[in-house]
Amino acid sequence: MRKYSFLSLVRNGLSYHENWARQWRSPSPKREYDVIIVGAGGHGLATAYYLAKEHGITNVAVLEKSWLGGGSIGRNTTIVRSNYLWDETSHLYEMSLKLWENLSQDLNYNLMFSQRGVINLAHNLGDLRGISRRVHSNRLNGIDAEILSTDRLKALVPILNTSPNARYPILGASLQRRGGTARHDAVAWGFARAADARGVDIIQECGVTGIRRDNGQVVGVETTKGFIKARKVGVVVAGHSSVLAQMAGLRLPIQSHPLQALVSDPLEPILNTVVMSNAVHAYISQTDKGELVLGAGIDAYNGYGLRGSLSVVEHNLAAIVELFPIFSRVRMLRQWAGTVDVCPDASPILSKTPVRGLYFNCGWGTGGFKATPGSGYVFAHTIAQDRPHPLNEPFSLERFTTGHLIDEHGAAGVAH
Amino acid sequence: MLWIECPWCGLREETEFSYGGEAHIIRPENPEAASDAEWADYLFMRKNSLGPHREQWLHSAGCRRWFNVERDTMTYEISSIYKVGEKPPRGDA
Repeated sequence: MRKYSFLSLVRNGLSYHENWARQWRSPSPKREYDVIIVGAGGHGLATAYYLAKEHGITNVAVLEKSWLGGGSIGRNTTIVRSNYLWDETSHLYEMSLKLWENLSQDLNYNLMFSQRGVINLAHNLGDLRGISRRVHSNRLNGIDAEILSTDRLKALVPILNTSPNARYPILGASLQRRGGTARHDAVAWGFARAADARGVDIIQECGVTGIRRDNGQVVGVETTKGFIKARKVGVVVAGHSSVLAQMAGLRLPIQSHPLQALVSDPLEPILNTVVMSNAVHAYISQTDKGELVLGAGIDAYNGYGLRGSLSVVEHNLAAIVELFPIFSRVRMLRQWAGTVDVCPDASPILSKTPVRGLYFNCGWGTGGFKATPGSGYVFAHTIAQDRPHPLNEPFSLERFTTGHLIDEHGAAGVAH
Repeated sequence: MLWIECPWCGLREETEFSYGGEAHIIRPENPEAASDAEWADYLFMRKNSLGPHREQWLHSAGCRRWFNVERDTMTYEISSIYKVGEKPPRGDA
């Protein structure tokens, strides 16, 4: 891997940027790997990277049915934060946030990680109590969090409609200053390039059609490019998790829903932080290019079709315009949907399964992007050691049988 | 936007309805005897099918009655609508 640096930029500039090396190879699959990761999205590529980096396992293939980074990693609204309520989730997301803080250097790839702060609005007394409970819980867990009065909020985000007569009056907010955004595609590309440099084979256009087992032990996967042997298979396919689980005869507590998002025409800088509101189903930030990025709530019905209903988008835009009257005449440039894998307790599953050598990383629902490095880190540990990392032990598949659910609907339900 | 034909009220827009998830889930017949695993399966595990999916809808802004729909989760096309208690028009899905 040729290191990116100021010098390499100058050197390539002199040759009109025509001699940049490819960022990763496109190898044909080998007959056998130590570990196969299904899904070259953010979490899958991060898993492969940490398998190689932390555990020295480099005979790894990442299989992708279409192209690298084309799923949820390329469709989310790029928000990174760690202000969750319960200890289990707080620790997992906070570890992830700490990885984010050095990730550009670690991967030698500019992820444009910007700690511009994340604000969660409270519109009624219930919201305010929920936010204050969460802020205190965060601080007890060593996570930065503060409560903002409406006046302080207005000073930070002057364009927010804080009038007491507003349809959604704002009584206060929470702020996590270390939260922010990152360039989502670069995260996939950065992990892919760094994993590839350590010997990981990333095989695109290679869909998995079956999971072959022998006596309760995984022995490989059937793919569109033939059978590939491996005694350890990690499935990281987000919205399609139930489909892959079915191939191994498992049932998951996952429901796949469409989740829609939009971007506007590029504007001058107007919003320098992330504003989210659970109560009115809206969250918004502005990219470095100037586009406003908006996300809606999920469509209620199950769907894999990468599109949702217009009513959900209308609801979202109505809320944004109420909160930010200045945006009422902004034009939307693009609108799209992804497929999110929602768990009943709004917490992920990072787990071994009843099939030996088969591991699932799924259930991130509407908010997996922020966890990309942390999820890869603990999932790589789970696969390499065949036992969970202490941070993902609570996120087992068994919790649905034992009843130890981790209810994060308050922190994860709508906002991402 | 889906268009859904309520068996009592006729064709209406999706916004009049609420979604009720997978249909034909049977509560354990003898709850006292059901194991933790059986409860987990009943409460949480779902087919989440890619393709034809049998699901419940409620006409919440209309007649407020429940009914079943078979809808493709990839194309969103509705292939059949039948009342609660009726057998699905086609075989296993």
